[in-house]
Amino acid sequence: MSQLALPHLRYLEAEAIHILRETAAQFRKPLLLYSIGKDSSVLVHLARKAFFPGKIPFPLLHIDTTYEYPEMIEFRDRFTKEIGAELRVYTNRAAVEAGANPYDLGTAKCCHLLRTRALVEGLKEGAYDAAIGGGRRDEERSRAKERVFSFRDREGQWDPRNQRPELWNLYNGRVDPGESIRVFPISNWTESDVWRYIEVEKIPLVPLYFAEPRQVVVRKDTLIPLEANVKLLPGETPVTETCRMRSLGCTPCSGAIRSKARTAGEILVELSVFRRSERENRVIDHDQEGSMELKKREGYF
Amino acid sequence: MHEIVEKPLLRISTAGSVDDGKSTLIGRLLYDSKSIWEDHLEEVSRSRVNRAAHGPDLSLLTDGLRAEREQGITIDVAYRYFGTPRRKFIVADTPGHEQYTRNMATGASTADVAILLVDARKGILPQTVRHATIAWLLGVRKLAFAVNKMDLEGFHHEVFVRIQKQSEELLATLVGATASYFPISALDGDNVVEPSKRTPWYKGPSLLDWLENVDAEPASDGPFRMAVQLVIRPHLDFRGYAGQIASGTIRPGDAIRIQPTGTPARIKRIVSFDGDLDKAWAPMSITLELDREIDASRGDWITAASSTPQRARRLKTTIVWMNEEPAREGAAYLLQHGTRITPVRLARIAERLDPATQTQVRTNELRLNDIGLVELETADALPFDLYRENRATGAFILIDRLSNLTLGAGLIESSLDDEHHSGSLHSSERAALFGHRPCLIDLSERPELAPALERHLLLRHSHALILENEDVPADFLLDAGLLVVATTPRPEAAVQASGLSSDPATAIAELLEALHHAGVFALEDDYVEGEGI
Repeated sequence: MSQLALPHLRYLEAEAIHILRETAAQFRKPLLLYSIGKDSSVLVHLARKAFFPGKIPFPLLHIDTTYEYPEMIEFRDRFTKEIGAELRVYTNRAAVEAGANPYDLGTAKCCHLLRTRALVEGLKEGAYDAAIGGGRRDEERSRAKERVFSFRDREGQWDPRNQRPELWNLYNGRVDPGESIRVFPISNWTESDVWRYIEVEKIPLVPLYFAEPRQVVVRKDTLIPLEANVKLLPGETPVTETCRMRSLGCTPCSGAIRSKARTAGEILVELSVFRRSERENRVIDHDQEGSMELKKREGYF
Repeated sequence: MHEIVEKPLLRISTAGSVDDGKSTLIGRLLYDSKSIWEDHLEEVSRSRVNRAAHGPDLSLLTDGLRAEREQGITIDVAYRYFGTPRRKFIVADTPGHEQYTRNMATGASTADVAILLVDARKGILPQTVRHATIAWLLGVRKLAFAVNKMDLEGFHHEVFVRIQKQSEELLATLVGATASYFPISALDGDNVVEPSKRTPWYKGPSLLDWLENVDAEPASDGPFRMAVQLVIRPHLDFRGYAGQIASGTIRPGDAIRIQPTGTPARIKRIVSFDGDLDKAWAPMSITLELDREIDASRGDWITAASSTPQRARRLKTTIVWMNEEPAREGAAYLLQHGTRITPVRLARIAERLDPATQTQVRTNELRLNDIGLVELETADALPFDLYRENRATGAFILIDRLSNLTLGAGLIESSLDDEHHSGSLHSSERAALFGHRPCLIDLSERPELAPALERHLLLRHSHALILENEDVPADFLLDAGLLVVATTPRPEAAVQASGLSSDPATAIAELLEALHHAGVFALEDDYVEGEGI
């Protein structure tokens, strides 16, 4: 018996590459949903590996809410150019021009317009039949039941009660025109798998992920870094904290955590003592119990 | 770098009846191995639905969807992740209700081990038999019987021993399966992570201890198999076959064959983003460059030349039916095997297996959650291994052509060609495999056309030869399924070459036309008609 085994990170890598290749082979017009965050950075890295020595055979789509950190946009443009990837950017212009913002609309409505609607419209406009995302099943309870190839109807909606069975590594990507599949190659990864992979593979990330002294306001136990779009609420005063983002989103809605971790390796050490999930600092997930499931049904990633 | 010497990832499927405490057990494994985030736990503690008498209801951690939380049951497959310094685990949490057999099969399809929950008060139930049988059918050979709620039975040794004894009859039917037993209380944590003081008579490991140490069967054993997912061709000088190794290992220089054509080649390079590899094994995703230009594409398999798969169009299979609309004899679907999709017809539904009683019932349809023995006929001959020998090359799914839904999951049990006619093929099977029926062609009027006709036939993968000796009877060649091009007069020939064009190219076209007309190549057309689409 040869007893060759694959370390678990390489197992996850091989699985993700297989899924990315299935997507490229089965669909007419796939794309990769690129949020600039750590999970999509891992996805892009995996896609480079999957199709080497060829180029990534699909475009990267960024849904720009116009509330992103300037550092994210700068990183996006530089990184995609460096690796020769094709970048597309889509914004829900109508909503932005109508002045959509989380202060007046509330986070749930704002997120629905600038992310969910924008994504569904963007996919429809490009007639994309598959969208690859960096969603992981360990992020949130309703994601635990998401398929790797997850069917969306013509309205981009997910029906958790009526999902295609998914066995072995046989993925059924057949859709009719207008329907699409959301593909989640890193479904089986945990947050520490992502960081370990980033460390081992030396994947470049937006500097916001690493600790630095930053100007923040403290809002409901969450540190909100002060950026152009962040308004001070009555009674708030900025303070300087050494902190980092655990998860990236829009400036008014993603919080930082107090941390001294300046590298992926230090973040891993920190994670091993952490007892709280990365999405806790995303204000949108807590609008109501089960709110992620509601968003996903409507088409959110 | 923190490279810890760790065991390979272990995939676990769990199954249990309603209220066996399966979700509580998984919640306990996650909680005690510190794989639960505190905010998730707090959300659960705040939840309006809490069935635990005191403390957080751990089952709420794994019952993800709203409907489930409200009904207090698990309705789909949920995947959970936890890890210890020794090993990482993926748990497929699958529901135990009768109507959800399909989810159990889904969870078991990728599992290395199965945890079977048994209620200490109730012992082995028909449900337990069903779960064990389904896990075993899907290739899970290591079964852990977690005898739960031992606290309600006073942790009595006799209770545990009685359940162990009860399971022996079941195990005898599951060839190759091995069982381990754990007396636990998922609610209180006894023998789940730490050995319990309340079971002094139990000397075995805790459930987690066992999970950390159990050996999964590595897929790197076995002959090399890889389905071609796509051909990577960034420029004219490179043609790479990309795929994930299903079984075995591969090195540059190894002799391989493309399936189903059987075309031989050798591995030139194993190409990767991180540089060429001198060895690769299952389940790595790789790109292979071959030493010659050959015609291979998505849907084909690359297999070891020394150990090739079987090949057949007629298969005996076990199918788990997963759709509301029943499967009926004669129905046509699409079959996805590896990366190939081919039309398929359910030639015969022989019987249905009741996994709870392990008895077979004669039937001609399969309903949602039925498991049946089905004979299939595929349009393309499939290269395959038996499911019990190779999960990757022995598995397939069935897809509806109109709704695109995944209807069922299949396991290849045997080739019907071999089983019914061991050693010698039936003429219709040979015709199906060759892609044509045998035929005698009398070319005595134009013998100079024989080499060109033979070449044409071989190019379209027909099995043809020229017969020049008039004393040799053609019968035995026709019995062997061949196309026989005779250059001497053969009055019995089905195709007579008379009145052919004087232009050789036109004459060859006329001959091919005559062969089509005689129904020599009519197999595929017949097949499509038979599908009724």
